[in-house]
Amino acid sequence: MSRVLTCKNLGIDFGGLTAVNNLNMEIDENEIIGLIGPNGAGKTTVFNLLTKVYVPSRGNILFYDRDVTGDSTIQMSKSGIARTFQNIRLFDRLSVIDNIVIGMHNKLSYSMLDGIFKTPKYRKQEKEAYAKAEDLLEIFDLKADKDVLASSLPYGKQRKLEILRALATEPKLLLLDEPAAGMNPQETEELMNTIRLIRDRFHIAILLIEHDMNLVMNICERIYVLNYGMLLAKGTPDEIRNDPKVISAYLGD
Amino acid sequence: MNLLNYLINGLSLGSVYAIIAIGYTMVYGIAKMLNFAHGDVIMIGAYVSFFMLVNFGLGFIPSLLIAVVICTVLGIVIERLAYKPLRQADSLSVLITAIGVSYLLQNSAQLMWGSATKMYPINIISGSVSLFGGKLSIPYLTIVTILVCIVVTFALQWFVNNTRTGSAMRACSEDKDAARLMGINVDTTISITFAIGSCFAAVAAVLLCSAYPAVSPTLGSMPGIKAFTAAVFGGIGSIPGAFIGGLLLGIIEIFSRAYISTQLSDAIVFSVLIIVLLFKPTGILGKKVSEKV
Amino acid sequence: MNKVKEFIQYLFSPRKRSCTVSFLLTVVLYLVMSVLIANGSVSSLIKGLLIPLCSYIVAALALNLTVGILGDLSLGQAGFMSVGAFTGAVVSAVLQQHLDSNLLILIISILAGTVMAALFGVLVGVPVLKLEGDYLAIVTLAFGQIVKTLISNFYVGIDSTGLKMSFIEDRTHLEAGGKMIINGPSGLSGNTRMSTFAVGFVLILITLVVIYHLLESRYGRAILATRDNKVVALTVGINTSKYKLITFVISAALTGAAGVLYAMNFSSITPAKFDFNLSIFILIYVVLGGLGNMTGTIVSTIVLMLLPELLRELNDYRMIIYALILIAIMLITNNRSLRSLYERLFLRKEKRNVESTDL
Repeated sequence: MSRVLTCKNLGIDFGGLTAVNNLNMEIDENEIIGLIGPNGAGKTTVFNLLTKVYVPSRGNILFYDRDVTGDSTIQMSKSGIARTFQNIRLFDRLSVIDNIVIGMHNKLSYSMLDGIFKTPKYRKQEKEAYAKAEDLLEIFDLKADKDVLASSLPYGKQRKLEILRALATEPKLLLLDEPAAGMNPQETEELMNTIRLIRDRFHIAILLIEHDMNLVMNICERIYVLNYGMLLAKGTPDEIRNDPKVISAYLGD
Repeated sequence: MNLLNYLINGLSLGSVYAIIAIGYTMVYGIAKMLNFAHGDVIMIGAYVSFFMLVNFGLGFIPSLLIAVVICTVLGIVIERLAYKPLRQADSLSVLITAIGVSYLLQNSAQLMWGSATKMYPINIISGSVSLFGGKLSIPYLTIVTILVCIVVTFALQWFVNNTRTGSAMRACSEDKDAARLMGINVDTTISITFAIGSCFAAVAAVLLCSAYPAVSPTLGSMPGIKAFTAAVFGGIGSIPGAFIGGLLLGIIEIFSRAYISTQLSDAIVFSVLIIVLLFKPTGILGKKVSEKV
Repeated sequence: MNKVKEFIQYLFSPRKRSCTVSFLLTVVLYLVMSVLIANGSVSSLIKGLLIPLCSYIVAALALNLTVGILGDLSLGQAGFMSVGAFTGAVVSAVLQQHLDSNLLILIISILAGTVMAALFGVLVGVPVLKLEGDYLAIVTLAFGQIVKTLISNFYVGIDSTGLKMSFIEDRTHLEAGGKMIINGPSGLSGNTRMSTFAVGFVLILITLVVIYHLLESRYGRAILATRDNKVVALTVGINTSKYKLITFVISAALTGAAGVLYAMNFSSITPAKFDFNLSIFILIYVVLGGLGNMTGTIVSTIVLMLLPELLRELNDYRMIIYALILIAIMLITNNRSLRSLYERLFLRKEKRNVESTDL
């Protein structure tokens, strides 16, 4: 099994404030990893560092043993890191299916002139892209909504669509930021199954931030716990559940 | 000596730009709109003071005051009738409305007063100071213009930082909804901002016409665009920025006319603007805004 | 028979509808006008407006790409038109010495103007990439002013020894029999008029094809994504700067073509014609037609260009009425209660459907 992601002493400061410090994390292929911690622990900041929305102040990020610390957001996407956002960020004025096809942007290779003249190359690639997008839509049973505007979808479906858009970039590591937020227990249950299905079908590693402990303990093979920007604990769900440090961080001293 | 002379001329022209730019920048800071009709308020101010001086034979100060009153009222009326209903509208709708108001003012002026250029009486503030044994002579008008600009800028800066209305203005420019929740009357505050901006436009009109004495319905367009440029140059939304931007723009314009080419001065002014924005994308004193994910 | 039916269904599918309507409208209007002209029932005043109208439609469509689709305000449209116009005029003057076919000369001139405007698009686009919102608007405004000033100081003439240029003052020293093409502030004079209504019509069609096909490709999706949310677009691997620049350059290029069409309709034209007011007029066409709505742009350009002519009898009052109409439209379309009434009456069924490119 090969290593997808390694963070070495990763850290970032905002002005005088250290948001994340000394983070060491490893993720292997096909793993589902949880990233948990109290509010304000720096979980989303880690996602922003991994996608280079923020530039790390310290430390290194290795992706398949290649140092990508200096890469841009676009390069991270091209290397194979995709993400969703805590407060859903879809392209509101594009249709549901176009939101997925846009994820395939860098997989399409036709030129602008191919597009303007609608050459056979354009037609072939577009046809394949939309067919692929329809396959993806089936994962979450969204096919019936494919032509509506993304913004007119109900909340739960928007979350799912965001995951599909990330998948369309053909990532090797998928970052999910609170995928179950706002879902009822039954929907959460379905989501859990789908996340496993995604991992098995696409053979990718998944790192997820989640507050729903039931979901995290159920599907994550390993868990990292952040507190005040520092790694508090790591281990299997059982180890984490019984870790006194974690318990006190969550319950307060 | 020439250099000093050009510098003083530049400061004088720049002072007029600065006074107009302050109007732009205040309105932008609070209403977040480019008030394209601002230049035409200047034009109205110029006509009003012209008629007071020539047809009614009033003195400089009374003419100025009447122009100030009329422009201030005009500013409030424009805001109430045309811009207030668009508080929630997208910025392009507001921009187009402002352009509509600008056309309306220009064409009304043309209808009422004709399109022919009227000569502004230039002898209101005459005479000059001689320095260095007559080598350098500075017209009183230039001194008055520069002084007015400095006084007006500092007074306004004090007003914004030290009065209740001033802090209401700052609150509105940060976040209108939060300001409303804090009990600030946002509509009144915006009206006051327009009033101040338009009042400054009248002052600028009189100073501008005293130096360049041609009054026509399109008089406000070019100074308007230049002052708007000056406001952006200094960092739009910032009063000290508008002051510095205005002065710099005036100096650059006069220097390029003197040393490079009269015809190309506009091209040079605008090129400098683009270059400055390349290095300081939000202007000289502009605030950096970053997007939160 | 079924194939035809299928094709028609495809043309009016939600994805394709607005494109089809734009094309149909343009073709129908062209045919109607052509018939009316052949009948002799079009006044010479309107006839004289047709080519400028085509030119403005192309420029407005191009601007809608930047303002409506990309979401960036540009106030320098007249600058690109000017670059195209004067480039085209020079090229056509040179070609007239070698070619006989006016149509061929016109086409090559339009291409030359398009390319030159595209180059200027790159020139302005690069600083524009670093800026956002109103700062970007001011750079385009500044660009328009710079172009106007520079061309007003540009002298180009042609004689048997070839092209001669000078800057700031006329030092072309043409031989006897030579001809000034661009004469500083007085601009073009003695320009051979070559533009025809048919060429204008074709140029509109080409513009529509370029814009709609672009929008239906990965380029269009990337542009829309860039406008919707830059950071998110970056995280799905879209180079937002590249697509901003591409949009800007395409828009500039099409506007340049519009400029050539415009200039080649007049025997003389001054650089001051392409001033800030022209940029503003084109922007008004776009905003009133609806951001991103190409059909709306065509309609609003026609209506707003003809409006002052229809109001001509009102003489002095016409521009005042024009201004009042402008303000009234903005106030009415942004009035909340009127808007919700409209939505309840007309948009009930369509609300959930995507009107693909009317975004």
